[in-house]
Amino acid sequence: MKLHRLVLREILHRRLSFALGVASASVAVACLVAALAVLQKHDARTEQIVAAKEVETQQQMAKLEDDYRKLMLKMGFNVLILPKDQNLSDLYADDFASKYMPEEYATRLARSRVVTINHILPSLQQKVKWPEHERTVLLMGVRGEVYLQSAQQKPLLEPVAPGTMILGHELARNLGLDAGSKTKLLGREFTIAKVNTERGNKDDITVWINLAEAQELLGKPGLINGILALDCTCDALDRLGRIRPEIARILPDTQVIEYASQALTRAEARQRAATEAQASIQREKENRGKLRGEREALASVLVPVVMAGSAIWIGLLALANVRDRRGEIGILRALGLRSRQILLIFLGKAILIGLGGAGLGYIAGRAIGVLWREAPGAAPLHIAFVDPRLLLLVLVAAPLLAALASWLPAISAAQQDPAVVLREE
Amino acid sequence: MSALLRIERLCKSYAGPTGTVSAVNEVSLTISAGEFVAVQGPSGCGKTTLLLAAGALLQPTGGRVVVNGQDPYVLSPGARAQFRAVNVGFVFQQFHLVPYLDVLDNILAPTLALDTNGGARNRAFALAERFGLKHRLRHVPAALSTGERQRVALARALLNQSKLLLADEPTGNLDEHNGQLVLRCLAEFAQSGGAVLLVTHEPRAGEHASRIVQMQGGRLR
Repeated sequence: MKLHRLVLREILHRRLSFALGVASASVAVACLVAALAVLQKHDARTEQIVAAKEVETQQQMAKLEDDYRKLMLKMGFNVLILPKDQNLSDLYADDFASKYMPEEYATRLARSRVVTINHILPSLQQKVKWPEHERTVLLMGVRGEVYLQSAQQKPLLEPVAPGTMILGHELARNLGLDAGSKTKLLGREFTIAKVNTERGNKDDITVWINLAEAQELLGKPGLINGILALDCTCDALDRLGRIRPEIARILPDTQVIEYASQALTRAEARQRAATEAQASIQREKENRGKLRGEREALASVLVPVVMAGSAIWIGLLALANVRDRRGEIGILRALGLRSRQILLIFLGKAILIGLGGAGLGYIAGRAIGVLWREAPGAAPLHIAFVDPRLLLLVLVAAPLLAALASWLPAISAAQQDPAVVLREE
Repeated sequence: MSALLRIERLCKSYAGPTGTVSAVNEVSLTISAGEFVAVQGPSGCGKTTLLLAAGALLQPTGGRVVVNGQDPYVLSPGARAQFRAVNVGFVFQQFHLVPYLDVLDNILAPTLALDTNGGARNRAFALAERFGLKHRLRHVPAALSTGERQRVALARALLNQSKLLLADEPTGNLDEHNGQLVLRCLAEFAQSGGAVLLVTHEPRAGEHASRIVQMQGGRLR
């Protein structure tokens, strides 16, 4: 007869004790497998949510762009008022007007209460050499908005305070300048109030300063070379045809062209929407990550506690088994079995308990994981029932843990003195 | 006749609550092949201690035990267990059968200790037949009568064909018929060249034993 036959016979004889051991191991294994399955499902769900969010964002972006296009058509448009003698070819070639007009024109236009114009922005713009940094930039002097009605009007553009400048993105990056740092322009010191975000146009190499300071630096006191009239509202289809005579009536020695800012505005809006969408996806990822962390934390407490409880229970069952079989151990030792063989009898049983628990626990835990849904009514998410690596892990770990839990009782059985047992029995 | 069991000035004492208790004191006994020696005496006189020490189960505190020419107590615990499996058979009053093994497996239990069990299964069947257990081979001990249980224990003790049989009150729980059957079997074993040490206070033992020694207070008289 071999030891394994003895072990199997004993298991069949004490079925309840064995079943309780297997049940305990199953609970521990099921807990571990279910926790891992839930986390696996969580990850799959996260991927699903993020992918759906990305698709949704793309759809929203397309819709947003369409909406902007329609809005821009229905709402106002922007015009640029230039000196009458400004050659438009030069303007498009140089990116700034080479002719000048009095700054007072902006005030006059504002006071005229032109109903089709909502915002007036005078500016002095010129391409200059920035000697301190040895590069050419577009210098723009602005004074903010010339109010049409009152100072309570919501400004479209904040003025640039004297002594400060705003830098385009590319310029700041190339020169290594940040908001708050100081720099010199044409011999005058300025504090950088702000660095604009990337716009992908000439704004990225533009320096904005206060209009009065620009006039001083460029030697153009009281002069400007453009007035941006923004958010012009006009019901007529030929909006430019309607607004031109109105402005010509007030500022006769000027000309009016449409300022190509609709596309820019649309692009900026699209960029903002895209940024917001990315931020939203990132927030979703962070929230999911946080939820995963909480679930992981719960599992990292629950699983060891259940495993420890299971190990203690298996250890107690083994101890009771050793006590029940005291006489049997005595006679087996008398018949010549060595301590090592007695140890193997008890550890063999523990290993079978672990194997049984691993099998049943895996099935139960995986079933829980497969059936589990994040929220009532959530879309079902499929995970494979058989995960070979996990199955192998529990088939190795559970018998090992059960054997460890039974180790001390098995040792005590192996060390029993047969003479003492036989004399007492 | 060669001595299969030689006990020389054997002493065994235990630490008790009131000091050291001497269970066996300066006992010497030799049993040769073919001898059936019965040790009789009142309860607590040291009979079982003598038997366990003779069976390489209980390390003496003094003296020497030689079984089949070998002192088992100079061996390592593992080697001593193996020595026991090969050289000594035991029969106890309480039978000590393994409760979840059937009759055949209980008879075969000594083979658990051996690396090889050449022909053990055939010997087990033969022993079962000899002791009238053939129709009970698949029954567990709980389904057997006390006489049958002792016969299973006897068959188990004989399976490994050891030369020395140690029996501790084997008839204590048996009726007249079964008691006689067991004693007769022990006598037959001795007659076939084995040696039997029986400890008992059973008066009938004298009818079968070749020698009876009395024990009292840990000493042989």
